[in-house]
Amino acid sequence: MKVEPIEEELVAPGHRACAGCGCILAMRYALKALGKDVIVSMATGCMEVVTTPYPETAWRVPWIHVAFENTAAVASGIEAALKVLGKKHVKSVAIAGDGGTADIGLQALSGAIERGHNFLYICYDNEAYMNTGIQRSGATPYKAWTTTTPIGKVKRGEDRPKKDLPAIVAAHGAPYIATASVAYPLDFIKKVKKAAAIEGPTYIHVHTPCTPGWRIDESKTIEVARLAVLTGSWVLYEIEQGKLNVTFKPPKRRPVVEYLKLQGRFRHLTDEDISEIQRAVDEQCKRFGIG
Amino acid sequence: MKQVLDGNEAAATAAKLARVKVVSAYPITPQTTIVEKLAEFIANGELDAEYIKVESEHSALSACIGAAATDVRTFTATSSQGLMLMSEILFVASGLRLPIVMTNVNRSLSAPLSIWCDQQDSMAVRDSGWVQLYCENNQEILDTTLQAFRVAEELLLPVMVCFDGYILSHTAEPIEIPEQAEVDKFLPVYKFPNPLDPEKPVTMGPLGVPEYYEEFRYMLQEAMHASKEKLVEVDKEFKKRFGRYYGLIERYRSDDADVILLTMGSLSSSAKEVVDTYRKRGEKVGLVKVRSFRPFPVKELIGALGQAKAVAVLEKDISLGSAGGLFLDAAASFINVKPAPLMLNFICGLAGRDVSPLQIKEAVRAAAKAAETGKVRRAVRWLGLREKVVGLKV
Repeated sequence: MKVEPIEEELVAPGHRACAGCGCILAMRYALKALGKDVIVSMATGCMEVVTTPYPETAWRVPWIHVAFENTAAVASGIEAALKVLGKKHVKSVAIAGDGGTADIGLQALSGAIERGHNFLYICYDNEAYMNTGIQRSGATPYKAWTTTTPIGKVKRGEDRPKKDLPAIVAAHGAPYIATASVAYPLDFIKKVKKAAAIEGPTYIHVHTPCTPGWRIDESKTIEVARLAVLTGSWVLYEIEQGKLNVTFKPPKRRPVVEYLKLQGRFRHLTDEDISEIQRAVDEQCKRFGIG
Repeated sequence: MKQVLDGNEAAATAAKLARVKVVSAYPITPQTTIVEKLAEFIANGELDAEYIKVESEHSALSACIGAAATDVRTFTATSSQGLMLMSEILFVASGLRLPIVMTNVNRSLSAPLSIWCDQQDSMAVRDSGWVQLYCENNQEILDTTLQAFRVAEELLLPVMVCFDGYILSHTAEPIEIPEQAEVDKFLPVYKFPNPLDPEKPVTMGPLGVPEYYEEFRYMLQEAMHASKEKLVEVDKEFKKRFGRYYGLIERYRSDDADVILLTMGSLSSSAKEVVDTYRKRGEKVGLVKVRSFRPFPVKELIGALGQAKAVAVLEKDISLGSAGGLFLDAAASFINVKPAPLMLNFICGLAGRDVSPLQIKEAVRAAAKAAETGKVRRAVRWLGLREKVVGLKV
């Protein structure tokens, strides 16, 4: 598939996202892939807050925010209405963060996918509740510091591995599921275009660094996102009609420490912790056939 | 055409006559047969609509919001725990000014778990910015639901049509079904201003900063006030077309009454019987029924109750730690008004417990005594309470 992102900015500049925000890049790229014929429903979260302080809006497409946990349900209603109105050319697109998807919004997402609505769901994953000030979510990685997984004398960071959301969606039998990264915009855009063109429920999970939450330098967003992929911590793949296809295999996998050491949220890790994380990443890569 | 329908069938029939385009609902007792009936209408091609079989009531209303904002007429129905689960979204629906119509079949709240009727559920969400209308019989359910769409869509306010579980929902009565052509004339095609449309993008549900939020709430409150007039106007037009009229309140033999019973919903019918027995004996007892609880008919109640000596408010709900919701608002209506009647509150019929004529008479007697002595010994009482169970001395 030829990737032709549109020139037009449908997520306008002037929004309030932090310098170096990975999530807002995902919004921009997604809309470049989708074009104008969409209705976006968005969960409460960073992207909702920074793009729509009344009376301003960054959205040049129709957009609605209802609550935190129900984005997929709102998108279902929009899709049903579009069907009634015969607007086949308009796509219902739901966008939510990792908290709004993996935790509080999981039920609504599961219901909407199981019902087979023709909609695209994009989860922007910055791996914690960043809008409320960096609290752990189900998508927070193992050992990461957050304000609710502090580095104390007894407990040191997140004690559970990251919830595998794309696998949960895949278990629903959705026709198209993909992971993506803001460091690989053309791969992301291609996947968004593909997903939007498919009739039925499709899901894209995009990895989006958060500079204040991950404790990284504002200039390092893309570098960190790229290292997540190059180390095999974050795997770029798609599952089309149940068939797995890894869309990018790092030529020579870099050690995970290169990804971890750029981030303040992993500053407390011991060599032993890093080895443990490396072993988990190795296992993950083995599953995906990455060397 | 007359048909014998139970309350739930009446509600579903009204939604069909309103030609709703998206139904989004989840089963819950005693509402379930409404969504079953709608599913049947759609399956038989009698109603051309999308039916979203959502995974929860929270999603039921969320999907209605999505659809209503994308410019189609929507409908949902729920009860009790379902209403509680969607309560967060109730406030969003009114804040977004979406004209969604919902039936709430009144049922008590857990714990303990109960599937039986009282009005604690809708009373608990009275502050959510929804117009709340309470019905006394099945004809009123059908008519009120049709009126609800008109009021909702003309003022951009969601409307909740409430009626008592089982007492109405599962009890059949012969009711007049209006002709589709007549309903079409009464209820124009749904048109939401500024819907979600790529041709003309809008942002709905933004972040409301402190400089603006209060004004949004004020405008919503103004719309709720305006809905009073609109309800009357639509009711009058409905009467012209269909011959039936309900009012914000109903005054039943109350104009010269010294003691007035104030009620909502199906309890009104039982209480009217009691009023008749007193009237037969020449005693000046009357009844006022509140049909529109939100907006609350303050002026109308001052007019209807102002000359009475005592008012007994009978209701199937309790604001725990305070009193019944109807009583509180009725009492507050007289805050700066003289003369004001003495007011007594009778909590009764919780979780489907029968409210007998004897109990209603007990309320009348207590109110009559207050009228006579000019004193109220205990403002809030419980009718039909099994004292032994709660360890009270009989």
